[in-house]
Amino acid sequence: MSVRLGDRVVLHDITFDVEAGEFIGIIGSNGAGKTTLLRTLLGLIRPSSGTVSIFGRPVRRGNRSIGYVAQRTVVDPDLPLRGSDYVSFGLDGERWGFALPSRARSQEIAKAIEAVDATDYADKPIGSLSGGEQQRLFIAQVLLQQPKILLLDEPLSNLDMRSGQEIVNLVARLARERGMTVLFVTHDMNPLTGVMSRVLYLASGHAVVGTVADVVREDVLSDLYGYHVDVVRVGDRVIVVAGDESCAHP
Amino acid sequence: MLVDPEVRAALIAGAVVAVLCGAIGVFVVMRRASFAGHAITDVGFTGGAGATLAGVSPLGGLLTFSVLGSLLISRLGDRVRERDIATGTVLTVALGLGSLFLWIQTRYVSEPASLLFGSIFAVQAEVLHVTIVIGSAALIALAVLYRPLLYSTISPDSAEARGVSPGFIGGAFLVLLGVAVAEAAQLVGVLLTTALLVGPASAATYLTKRTSAAIALSMAIGLAVITLSIALAYESYYWPPGGKGWPVSFFVGALSLAAFVAARAEVRRRRLSVLIDEEAE
Repeated sequence: MSVRLGDRVVLHDITFDVEAGEFIGIIGSNGAGKTTLLRTLLGLIRPSSGTVSIFGRPVRRGNRSIGYVAQRTVVDPDLPLRGSDYVSFGLDGERWGFALPSRARSQEIAKAIEAVDATDYADKPIGSLSGGEQQRLFIAQVLLQQPKILLLDEPLSNLDMRSGQEIVNLVARLARERGMTVLFVTHDMNPLTGVMSRVLYLASGHAVVGTVADVVREDVLSDLYGYHVDVVRVGDRVIVVAGDESCAHP
Repeated sequence: MLVDPEVRAALIAGAVVAVLCGAIGVFVVMRRASFAGHAITDVGFTGGAGATLAGVSPLGGLLTFSVLGSLLISRLGDRVRERDIATGTVLTVALGLGSLFLWIQTRYVSEPASLLFGSIFAVQAEVLHVTIVIGSAALIALAVLYRPLLYSTISPDSAEARGVSPGFIGGAFLVLLGVAVAEAAQLVGVLLTTALLVGPASAATYLTKRTSAAIALSMAIGLAVITLSIALAYESYYWPPGGKGWPVSFFVGALSLAAFVAARAEVRRRRLSVLIDEEAE
């Protein structure tokens, strides 16, 4: 498929299939088209050519089997909203009127909060929580819609390395337990090394898909970027850097 | 004071407006839409001035223009940054037109003063009925919008993925905001409507950690502000310079500010005591 926003083609001829239960890391720097790709999968943007189908059906907006954790927006510290109120949107946030409190409802919300280990602070105003704590509650919210697929847009931005790794491990554990397929967007692939099955590497609207060993190679990524890049390995970590032209490989 | 039919009408109309503005104000604060709220009031002012010039009810002009202004603003931009520019543009055009109407009118009558400062002691029975009916309708509409509005206020992207249209919800909210400020403007004047909209609501959001509690508290503070303001404006008839009561909008502004300052002081005190408790442990 290709996606056009205004007169700019943001995604060029991207094709990929995902098996149920896979954990795909979507890697790319700012402006590579990661968010556009997710919004297309959510049915919020229509591709200018090609088709997108999930479970054999064309994508549509408001599909509850796709849980979307949007890129973290700054939450005002004085916002009068508890963490658990935020989580409750996952049940029926799109419906008109008020939600009538009931025991079944609170139990369901409490269970989702427990699943992300956030019970200790879910009662506090959401703006007063740390980035990692907020991210857990964002995930608890989508768990309430019983998704088969999780789309996470840059959940690691604004997190330190340790709490970032905790979020990755949490998502991987939940996906295993509940049989969910995960598409995890991030600009740094290293926290995903131990858990992802394949990587979808995006650069300036083009993509390559495959295992880390197949994709994260100097020749493949240099082709994708259109200029030479170096892939540096530190233990099992990978760093992709723009290559130095003077010592470029022939 | 209560036997006075003008005062009774003022208190009833004031209560309707305080409750409506208190509820909508919480969303105005959470959506950071104070500027839009103020601009819509100014657009309403143009309508009110135009209506007075045409010799028809100012409330009709206020309502029509503020609702049209809301639609225009939501049409021109729905993201915060775009909305600020859209709001500024609509505001400028409306104020220019409004000042022209004012300039034409002041050559004949001094009527526009009531648009600027409100005419809370001159609410006719008919206008009172309209105020109550429209105010209740707006409150019911807000209750219907409540959940998707809150969801898309807090996280617009995930609400959109769940099928909430941010454009529709944002537009509907601005229309309700237009109705609320038009009703408030006829009572407390266009200059200080924003105080009634934002003052009680921002105090309430400081003091609560649940949206429903913030709305209830904001309505209560709004009711207290308007009731006290009416009482003080009534009393001020005997204050210097004498022979003429002070405008109710002055008291609304001062008391709204007082509520906000008191709430901030209370929050500081709470945070300080939390810190002291933590140090003691």
